[in-house]
Amino acid sequence: MADAEIIPLGTRGEPGRGTGKAPSSAARGLAGASGRPVRRKKPAPTDEGRPPRPAVEASTADGEPSVAEPREEPPATVGHGVATTRDRHPLRGIPPADWKAALDIAAREVFGTDWEPQLARLLAFLRRRVTGDYQLDDYGFDRELTERFLFAMLRPLAKKWFRIEVRGVENVPTQGGALVVSNHSGTLPVDALMTMLTVHDHVGRDLRALGADLVFRMPFVGVMARRSGATLACNEDVERMLCDGELVGVWPEGFKGIGKPYSERYKLQRFGRGGFVSAALRTGVPIVPLSVVGAEEIYPLVGNVPALAKVLGLPYLPITPFFPLLGPLGMVPLPSKWLMEFGEPIRTDEYDDGAAEDPMLVFDVTDQVRETIQQTLYSLLMQRGSVFG
Amino acid sequence: MAEHAAGPTRGRVVLVTGVSRDLGRRFARAVADHPGVERVIGVDVVPPRRDIGRMSFVRADIRNPVIAKVIAKEDVDTVVHMSVISTPGSTGGRTMMKELNVIGTMQLLAACQKAPSVQQLVVKSTTTVYGASSRDPAMFSEEMEPRRLAYGGYAKDVAEIEGYVRGFARRRPDVCVTTLRFANVLGPNVDSPLASYLRLPVIPTVLGFDPRMQLLHERDLYAALGHAIRARVPGTFNVAGDGVLALSQVVRRLQRPTLPLPSFAIGGVSSFLRQARRAELPPELRTFLTFGRGVDTTRMREVLGFEPSYTTAETLEEFASTLEPTGGRTDRLLADLERRLSGATRAEVEVSDRG
Repeated sequence: MADAEIIPLGTRGEPGRGTGKAPSSAARGLAGASGRPVRRKKPAPTDEGRPPRPAVEASTADGEPSVAEPREEPPATVGHGVATTRDRHPLRGIPPADWKAALDIAAREVFGTDWEPQLARLLAFLRRRVTGDYQLDDYGFDRELTERFLFAMLRPLAKKWFRIEVRGVENVPTQGGALVVSNHSGTLPVDALMTMLTVHDHVGRDLRALGADLVFRMPFVGVMARRSGATLACNEDVERMLCDGELVGVWPEGFKGIGKPYSERYKLQRFGRGGFVSAALRTGVPIVPLSVVGAEEIYPLVGNVPALAKVLGLPYLPITPFFPLLGPLGMVPLPSKWLMEFGEPIRTDEYDDGAAEDPMLVFDVTDQVRETIQQTLYSLLMQRGSVFG
Repeated sequence: MAEHAAGPTRGRVVLVTGVSRDLGRRFARAVADHPGVERVIGVDVVPPRRDIGRMSFVRADIRNPVIAKVIAKEDVDTVVHMSVISTPGSTGGRTMMKELNVIGTMQLLAACQKAPSVQQLVVKSTTTVYGASSRDPAMFSEEMEPRRLAYGGYAKDVAEIEGYVRGFARRRPDVCVTTLRFANVLGPNVDSPLASYLRLPVIPTVLGFDPRMQLLHERDLYAALGHAIRARVPGTFNVAGDGVLALSQVVRRLQRPTLPLPSFAIGGVSSFLRQARRAELPPELRTFLTFGRGVDTTRMREVLGFEPSYTTAETLEEFASTLEPTGGRTDRLLADLERRLSGATRAEVEVSDRG
């Protein structure tokens, strides 16, 4: 009994029950830097090296790169002679295994039971991106990024916001080259993005969009366009893609269509010079007319500032009822109801060689495509109850 | 006359211009070792600094008619024109570079035209002739013209040189003229504007742009030139490794941090780098780093019959192995996280096994 009274609590700063050279963990926590050499070995590669870190990492493990903090502990309290309670990190006493268990449970609560494989997949994806270990095709199309990032962001917009209804999917060929020709509207090319997503989700093919050279001249926009599979609307690229059996999307109205005032909605503009028809004739691929209703109302274009647009090198500078007025909030598209109808393919392989050089024939086919889209637009508008129906 | 008739059997006599540069010297050495080649004569304004092997060097300026005497005296039957330079480098300013490139080529072609012994001309050109702009098609094939004519510099020199070469081909239809447009060459020994740019510890890029590029391994350059000499296929051919990489992929695979700068600031960086003698970003490289370029190599495969042994990605991999990575911290961090995670997964599997 008497012995028990003189056993001290702690070791009073002296090395504890170990040999003199390697103090116990309790002693290490208590002793200051009096025994500098035995402070700690180099951070071991095991978990022991950085006990409190996993907490931070796993909690932000959904890809926050901010975890890239230095590995060493803050040296603030090293070299401080007296052992005080402040020397100890408040979290140090808890062994890493407990942390891990706690985090496992927490993560399972939040993300469900299969969070780990999911997180592992995400990490593998991030690592591929960071090390550049992904493939681009000749045009700069990055399928992985488009499917996992761009389409994942657009899908809720298409389903919940615009409630896109798709008709005539069976008219899109499931293999071989084809040219999807669509009307263009909506101030910003949201309809092109939605068409790409719709074709990807309903047909299971990548729609390779054709963009004006302005798109590729603009920083960020041009890169994103190429990553999502777009290329410049020029004969060389169109024919190359169609010959390779790609599904190519074209919006022949161009800026005239997308930048037309709200009062002229659903009135098709001139279809360029019919370059898309001669490309289809040369390669003998079918033309699939596509009519999109709903995109006209997302940003109703009520005004334009041509002078400023000219200074900025843009085809038009839109004013919508909300845009400059509400600032960034005005960029939110109106939730109009969208209908998309793919028409019956127009065959081009039954004309003889040299048909592409016949301007009359090219104009005829162009008019046929244009008329089909215009008529379908009218009938879709009749079917759609109200703009926001 | 009898000598001429015996030409092919006694082995070929090859004249290589531009051997003071590394690419030219290495190629000339490799050709000299080929069994079908009797002699290789290297020509340049300055002597090559390194080992020239079995090649015999003639110090001659191709800008004056001495070159015609060399061709006549040595009875040259194959001329490989490699002295088209992309940077002024040690030769002096831009005026000097233009002189060497354009006037040099004119003199060389004039000499070839007068020499009846010449049967083949191979010109090392570059895909820079296509320029780089937002209006470019994704892939240039040989018959396409640049969308915007080069207003100066290397690109303009090359365009003019190719014009003279085409003129020569018209005037001497008996000579087999092969023009090879090489994509950006990369290799451990290559010293080009792009190579020194990629060797920078921090790589300045154009903000908001991510150019596509194709690369060609140094060895494939030698192989393509050698193949052109053997195959004797006239015409113009793009030569590039398979596959396309974006600049962002290139720098990530090199594990180098980037410094994105708005396009107007790149000029300043370029002059700073030139003064620091670290790298040079001539105008054609700047537009290339903004818009990128791709070339179609179908004709190379089907008509010329050449197949590069390195893809673009393999070329880069080998180039990367010679460099010390200066970045890659994010990847190390993610790898660390992944290790932890797989450790945790393993632990979980063990737990479930026990249970």
